[in-house]
Amino acid sequence: MNPYVVPGLILVVLVTVGIGAYGLRFARTTSDFLVASRSVSPTWNAAAISGEYLSAASFLGVAGLILRYGVDVLWYPVGFAAGYLALLLFVAAPLRRSGAFTLPDFCQVRLRSPVLRRLATVFVVFIGCLYLVPQLQGAGLTFTTVTGGRYEWGALLVGLVVTANVALGGMRAITFVQAFQYWLKLTALAVPVIFLALQWQSDGRPAVTPPAGPVFSATTTVTFAEAATLTLPDGSQSRVAEGEERTFAAGAAVPEVSSVDDRRGADWLLPGGDTTLFATYSLILATFLGTMGLPHVLVRFYTNPDGASARRTTLVVLGLVGLFYLLPTLYGVLGRVYTPQLLMTGRTDAVVLLLPEAALGGGHLGQFLGALVTAGALAAFLSTSSGLLTSVAGVVFTDILHADRGGSVRDFRLATVLAAIVPMALSVYVADMDVSRVVGLAFAVAASSFCPLLVLGIWWRGLTDVGAVAGILAGGGAAMVAVLITVLGPPLSGWPAQLIGQPAAWTVPLAFVVMVTGSLVSKRRVPRDVGATMLRLHAPESLRL
Amino acid sequence: MDDVRNGAPVRRTRVVLGEAAARRPAPDPARADLAEQTPVGEALVKGLVRAQLALALRLSLVVVTGLGALPLLFAVAPAVGHAKLLGVNLPWLLLGLLSFPFLLGVGWAYVRWAERNEQDFTAVITRPEG
Repeated sequence: MNPYVVPGLILVVLVTVGIGAYGLRFARTTSDFLVASRSVSPTWNAAAISGEYLSAASFLGVAGLILRYGVDVLWYPVGFAAGYLALLLFVAAPLRRSGAFTLPDFCQVRLRSPVLRRLATVFVVFIGCLYLVPQLQGAGLTFTTVTGGRYEWGALLVGLVVTANVALGGMRAITFVQAFQYWLKLTALAVPVIFLALQWQSDGRPAVTPPAGPVFSATTTVTFAEAATLTLPDGSQSRVAEGEERTFAAGAAVPEVSSVDDRRGADWLLPGGDTTLFATYSLILATFLGTMGLPHVLVRFYTNPDGASARRTTLVVLGLVGLFYLLPTLYGVLGRVYTPQLLMTGRTDAVVLLLPEAALGGGHLGQFLGALVTAGALAAFLSTSSGLLTSVAGVVFTDILHADRGGSVRDFRLATVLAAIVPMALSVYVADMDVSRVVGLAFAVAASSFCPLLVLGIWWRGLTDVGAVAGILAGGGAAMVAVLITVLGPPLSGWPAQLIGQPAAWTVPLAFVVMVTGSLVSKRRVPRDVGATMLRLHAPESLRL
Repeated sequence: MDDVRNGAPVRRTRVVLGEAAARRPAPDPARADLAEQTPVGEALVKGLVRAQLALALRLSLVVVTGLGALPLLFAVAPAVGHAKLLGVNLPWLLLGLLSFPFLLGVGWAYVRWAERNEQDFTAVITRPEG
């Protein structure tokens, strides 16, 4: 095992706790915390938002998807970044001016409907849990890759650590901690990639897509988790049994494995391939419009002093997130050269963790950079899952356990544990799904429920509570069912698989249409104070009305 | 939440922004129109909302044509996928590298113009005769 990994992980945890403790000296009560947050510049705030947003799916999953499927999945990082543009154009400033802290709060402010508030709570909990699953998956995967232990132990271990942290208030969502995590994640990918590129140069620039298919760059032993058929480029086939080991010499062709779905040659390099236009556009809709509906993203906007600075913060986030997403692509591409065995085992999500040592050798440099990316991965799932769990537990606490009737610390801890159990169980169950795929599903649900609610609520006076409830039930409900079928149901094929596996292309328009129709039908229920609300959402604070 | 989590309940203090309130300028007609929801005020707010929405929609149209049309383009004209620039296939460059500065540029333009809309609105309210 790499001797730098454990000290690296301990260092990350110590620095995180250290910055947190330092920040706590200045923030003892809720109001202190808010005041302190409001003196924070848009740059710091934006780094904090980015730190919380860049999860295991971004850090590990995107590179893994690119290694496996090629150019078509570049829409994931583009969409993850573009989501902030949609947030900037349609939501950022008015949402900050509304004074809403969570999505259920926004329902209350805009439509004054307790029913809608409860429905929004259900969706926040569902999306939050769904988004937590891939974080724990990433943790399990990292644990397996680094220590060789069982996947389940890693997922459960990190799940327990995060739950304990949030429940005991050990790691609070302090701006400086999250901002530190952003720069750590960026460094952890950016520094190794410089050495990887230099190594690729000095190896004589081996082709990423050799004409005869990928080849092993070094002698490699592959262990097969399940029985499969191997097909070599010349068409010859052989069978391997479960648990069998095979050793391939350097320069040997990488066989295709029947149990792993991946792409080779032109399918990988060129757009189109097996991906239909429907699936691509569905993914684009889900990621572009889903970001604004993620529970842990909205909470952070409250820390901006006013609407104009909320806008500037979002712009900086767009820059920081875009900068980060330049890097995973390079890992995915270089993974084709240095870690092609992942195409045979299907554990492509591990490419970021394995690439430094595979390309630079087991010397001190390779081991050190390997430890750096592992530390970055730890930062990724710690920051995102703590932020998510805090916001989900907060909603469970106020809206489900009815804390307004005298909530206690014990109730908040109970809420945290409740919010953590389901994702932990699910993460063990869906172990073999791609991390970024599961995240894509969470985006689809957010885009078909909260995106129409926010956009119509902010820009259209005619929205009513009846229309909003109907739209969320129709669009969000349909997306929710599709997700449940994908995760828990039997494998599908053909058109049903497309419609269910990437539902956003039909559930988002459905939600908008139902919400508008429902509001037009129930015109008499438009809140009487809608004019005052609109004034509050859109007028600049400098008027001091 | 934090108030109770620390154990002892935190005493609430009322903060009065006395000086800020005292320095507030004398109410002018347009400001009163806004605050009291008169038809004139309503029309002013509607104008602002419409201007901001039109700006957001125009810029999303830029993104839809700039980025959203790419999958269709790749499907209709596969030759674009084969084209190479600096040894890299064009779709990789467009999506993996150039899309991010493009998004940032659109965002930057939006922030500029949205703030200008708000300044125009403030100017109308504070100097109705000008």
